[in-house]
Amino acid sequence: MPSPRYIREIPARYRLEAGRCAGCGRVVYPVRKVCPACGGQDFELVLLSRKGTVVTSTVIHVPPDEFLNEAPYAMAVVETPEGARLMTQIVDCDPASVLPGMLVDLEFRLIREEKKSGILCYGHKGVPAGT
Amino acid sequence: MPGIVGYGAFIPRNRIRSEEIARQWGKDAAAIERGLLLTEKSVPGLDEDTITISVAAGRGALARAGIDPKKVGALYIGSESHPYAVKPSGTVVLEALGLGHEIHVADFEFACKAGTEAMSVALAMVESGRAEYAMGIGADTSQGAPNDALEFSASAGGAAFIFGKTDLLAEVLETYSFTSDTPDFWRREGEFYPRHAGRFTGEPAYFRHVLSATKGILDRSGFKPSDFRHVVFHMPNGKFPLAAGKQLGFTDKQLETGWVVNLMGNTYSGSSPTGLAAILDIADPGDLILITSFGSGAGSDSFILRATDLLPERQGLAPTVRSMLDNPRKYLTYGEYAKVRRKIIVND
Ligand SMILES: [Zn+2]
Repeated sequence: MPSPRYIREIPARYRLEAGRCAGCGRVVYPVRKVCPACGGQDFELVLLSRKGTVVTSTVIHVPPDEFLNEAPYAMAVVETPEGARLMTQIVDCDPASVLPGMLVDLEFRLIREEKKSGILCYGHKGVPAGT
Repeated sequence: MPGIVGYGAFIPRNRIRSEEIARQWGKDAAAIERGLLLTEKSVPGLDEDTITISVAAGRGALARAGIDPKKVGALYIGSESHPYAVKPSGTVVLEALGLGHEIHVADFEFACKAGTEAMSVALAMVESGRAEYAMGIGADTSQGAPNDALEFSASAGGAAFIFGKTDLLAEVLETYSFTSDTPDFWRREGEFYPRHAGRFTGEPAYFRHVLSATKGILDRSGFKPSDFRHVVFHMPNGKFPLAAGKQLGFTDKQLETGWVVNLMGNTYSGSSPTGLAAILDIADPGDLILITSFGSGAGSDSFILRATDLLPERQGLAPTVRSMLDNPRKYLTYGEYAKVRRKIIVND
């Protein structure tokens, strides 16, 4: 069964919808009820630019079963120009080349399949910028 | 008539060379490259499919159009490799592109010409006034059976076109379609690989339909072959479109820009649409452009377009087809190719 959480997260996962706090300007992704910086509860909808910089990264050699055929792969925390941070796979490059400071574009990709007969779950992954 | 207000394309970064496929099956690589004029082809990653390719191409089209995505009132995606058997690709794509929910959506299938079908219907929706803007996409991650001639060509990629009535990048001057029941290539429900009728796919299928549609649109429009700056025909291999062009009286020079098959392979529903995108990437204002698709089964759609003064300033707003063909890419071994194309049986 498709998880209700996946359906709820479609705006954030598919369109990178985030919220800008009216109180302090902090951009939070995904949108929350309360700003982690100032406690404000007013958010304006913003779309993150589909690019960013790797803040920190690691290479996964022993993945969960459903990602077995993708290993080894790079996971990274990417910061967008708006200051939002997201955890994402970095693909279409040598995983060892994914290091802090690397510029990436965020592309729409298949993230996982809910088993062989379940739904397909999509979202964004990083790829080397400008390729 | 209305025309194209935005276009975009996407080609995955994985490649496999013809010689690597030939090596696997003990075939003569030089003979294949000479016979089919195919050097390498694109290969989708495990995380790429018709939906992800459509989103990437659609984002390029929106960037070049510079319109509010919510004004797109219809979205059609043509493919023979929609990821779901039941559940439209278009629903995922419309959410990712932010097109809004007041939209008419359908997935099309017609072997390799589903992309131009999507474009035809999108154009008609705009022309009739039922939608301010409409998007037609052709995209595929087609599979050729191992050790079949199709394995050298079946590849992945696609292109998206937004039609509208104002601020055109290319005006549509004429359209024409030619269709008949011709069993040259098919895949039955539940089968993994398509079947084809060997040499029967040539003369009675590809050439009959491509030539008839192209002659038909020339007759109807009154243009002659020498009027066109750029021409693109469906590219099942390198040879067929060049031979069709020759029979119709077009020069290799007119076919050069849209003929991307030697490095991209046959992206099925995305084939001639991506060739058209490559042409729009470099076309000058006033250039006349002809595109004729082909889909087995069989049919062809033809369009005549004329580039406008607005086109040059929009060309650089999204990645060009040529940049995607020439950018750094990864060459796969046959083993890696078999893995990412899910040709190896693994446990769940
Ligand atoms: Zn705040």
